[in-house]
Amino acid sequence: MSVPRSNIVRLDGVEKHFGAVRALDGVDFQVDTGECIGLVGHNGAGKSTLMNTLAGTLAPSRGRIAIRGTVEENYSVIRAQRLGIRCVFQELSLCPNLSVAENTRVNHASLKGFGWRRRSAALISAKLDEIFPGHGIDPSDVVSDLSIGKRQMVEVARAFTVTEAPLDLVILDEPTSSLDAHTAGQLLAFVRRFVETGKSCILISHLLGEILDNADRIVVMRDGKVVAIDNASSFDRTRLVTTMGGGNHAEKPATRAETIAKQAGPQRVRARSGRQTDSTELVAHEGEIIGLAGLAGHGQTELLLSIFDARAAGRNVEVTAPVALVAGDRQTDGIFAQWSIGKNIGIRSLTRLRNGLLISPRKENEMAEAWKKKIGIRTPDMNNNILSLSGGNQQKALFARALGSDARIILMDDPMRGVDIGTKLEVYDLIRDEAKAGRTFLWYTTETDELEHCDRVYVFRSGVIVASLNRGEVTEEKVIQSSFSEAS
Amino acid sequence: MTDAVVEPSSSRAANSAARARMLRAMLPALSFALVVIAIAWLNPRAISYFGFSLMLNLAIPIALATIAQMFVIASNELDLSIGTFVGFVGCVTATWLRDAPLVGALILLGSIGVYALLGALIHLRNLPSIVVTLGMSFVWQGLAILTLPTPGGKAPDWLSAIVGFKPPFIPFPILAAIVIALIVHFGLMRTSYGAILRGSGGNPVALGRAGWSILRVKMTLFALAGLFGVLSGMTLVGITTAGDANIGNGYTLLAIAGVILGGGEFVGGRVSPIGAVLGALTLALAASPLLTFMKIPPDWQVAANGVILIVVLAARVLISRRER
Repeated sequence: MSVPRSNIVRLDGVEKHFGAVRALDGVDFQVDTGECIGLVGHNGAGKSTLMNTLAGTLAPSRGRIAIRGTVEENYSVIRAQRLGIRCVFQELSLCPNLSVAENTRVNHASLKGFGWRRRSAALISAKLDEIFPGHGIDPSDVVSDLSIGKRQMVEVARAFTVTEAPLDLVILDEPTSSLDAHTAGQLLAFVRRFVETGKSCILISHLLGEILDNADRIVVMRDGKVVAIDNASSFDRTRLVTTMGGGNHAEKPATRAETIAKQAGPQRVRARSGRQTDSTELVAHEGEIIGLAGLAGHGQTELLLSIFDARAAGRNVEVTAPVALVAGDRQTDGIFAQWSIGKNIGIRSLTRLRNGLLISPRKENEMAEAWKKKIGIRTPDMNNNILSLSGGNQQKALFARALGSDARIILMDDPMRGVDIGTKLEVYDLIRDEAKAGRTFLWYTTETDELEHCDRVYVFRSGVIVASLNRGEVTEEKVIQSSFSEAS
Repeated sequence: MTDAVVEPSSSRAANSAARARMLRAMLPALSFALVVIAIAWLNPRAISYFGFSLMLNLAIPIALATIAQMFVIASNELDLSIGTFVGFVGCVTATWLRDAPLVGALILLGSIGVYALLGALIHLRNLPSIVVTLGMSFVWQGLAILTLPTPGGKAPDWLSAIVGFKPPFIPFPILAAIVIALIVHFGLMRTSYGAILRGSGGNPVALGRAGWSILRVKMTLFALAGLFGVLSGMTLVGITTAGDANIGNGYTLLAIAGVILGGGEFVGGRVSPIGAVLGALTLALAASPLLTFMKIPPDWQVAANGVILIVVLAARVLISRRER
């Protein structure tokens, strides 16, 4: 752009301490007008804290925040909104009991008085149409009736609506985590259009491709510090991963030769969806990793649940070994929020942990310690509450629960949602090892990269399996092609 | 094009969820109609202007107390003191408000202020509302006994005149119920601040991030509960014409049952003013007229009332489960 750039936000030596923990340890960086900044880092690198500081929900312990060159002394949420800074938080911040229009009103104090419902509905509808054409969301829909993907669409669109306050900078934290590839593409295209009008955006994502393709500059954080700021073009996947400290994992999954050599063991799972009209069915053998792909919400989770509850599913499902499920929505379906990490891991294996009629604390602790070591849960004490862990480590605990059980079949319902890349790589290794040891994995994922780990991939569309791809055939193009084939 | 593939299944899911929600919203009206039909079948003469005036005589104070409870439940709290508070208000109304109207009015306004402060206390100190309001229930009870040690006093004449009003065609309790339901529905469900009040039950963190003061929301909701508690106590004394420190004790649980019967939920900010009023009317009818007509002896009426409550709430749970 030929217009000279000025900065919207400038941080100088911002620190944030939580007790002894330095979540932010002296952060300097700035956001210019008309640019999209990609922010990446491990879980616990300080991204969320930084974002909350910018949004005004957390006050920095030290350092200065300047907005458009003016140092802000009493920076708060209301001040941030007045200055045109908005934030879309990772965990959904809609009120599930309110309608889409009412949720829009929550963010706009000026939507009041006569006709506010109509104005609010028009505002959010227009923005949804602009960002996600063909979204199929009505402003009078109650949010709890919407799928998680649509909720995220509403949340994102709401952040871009404008009434009285200006809008200059939008911070998006994992905005595509619950969107399928199609709607995620719509959103990212909109972000580029938004930035071209001279506004700014901070994009936080664990999908490095999204960051590399859409950001102008990339900021890499580690341990509460900014460790690299550079133009996006000077980064590639490998450099990002190494800068983040992703570790020394192999980038590519097991070689193809290895899998061809693998002998198919006895059949473990046979399942077909109730809506399937032809004879296609999902088949999994011992030691196989089976991928379930396709657009989000096209029946993958339903099939996993019917396998999990095979007795209730009747003739359509046949399962020959114990099953465990790793939930995707860990806050609602996965963790017991009141319990310790150890108890959360042990719950699936209580029969083994028993001593007479009672649960043996010693056996429970042994199991917890063994898995802490094996899966690398970062905590000083497995007796701490599960919520003391970061999101990625909570998910590890859920994996430990499933893998530590007697289950020979592990069902995974998009378990890597919003998990940092380091954790992912560790878990991928673990899954491969466990599969080699004879466990069967059924893995629903919305991230095409993860399908590379699978021996066979079933692509779903509208509740039925439309394609079955063997390892060598899996490409993003083919998966998308199958997901959309009726539309072409 | 691509959306054509996505749409049918997802909009069908949204439709069925919306249908189930509609069904649940209809349930209070259905249960009310069921009770009325049962009464009509047992005793056709009860279905008349005079019959309804008599049967629903005490329904209005219950409806007002239910609305008070609903405001508290809307923000995921519970008020265990509403019953004794209604009794306290009744005693003040039968004494101070008649003898020294200014002092009486100040006491009642002050008690609404106390409610607002309770909301602030519960929010700021992060205390369980059950504990705070349980304690307050004894405070109100004590104050009521201090005000009126033995049943007595007299309702102010203007109050008796209001509750004795006989409109043409529609019995007064039904008219009053409609007016209360519509006013509260408009205030809580249609106004822009009403959405914020309900949002505090749905996702208070989100409200805070959007710059709303949860403290103010809680104080508003508790003050509204106090206001409707005052209205409930006043109408109750207007109807019974005299005060009694124990007169409202049963209202606490009736009010909670009314809210739940009316489609509300304990957490999540899902409440319905129209449903709550219908729930209160249903309870008032099922409480004694229906059972009397069924020739159930008074000794068994309380237990029978509980059974009716369990049946209706079970029906509600079954419908909610279909919603999942």
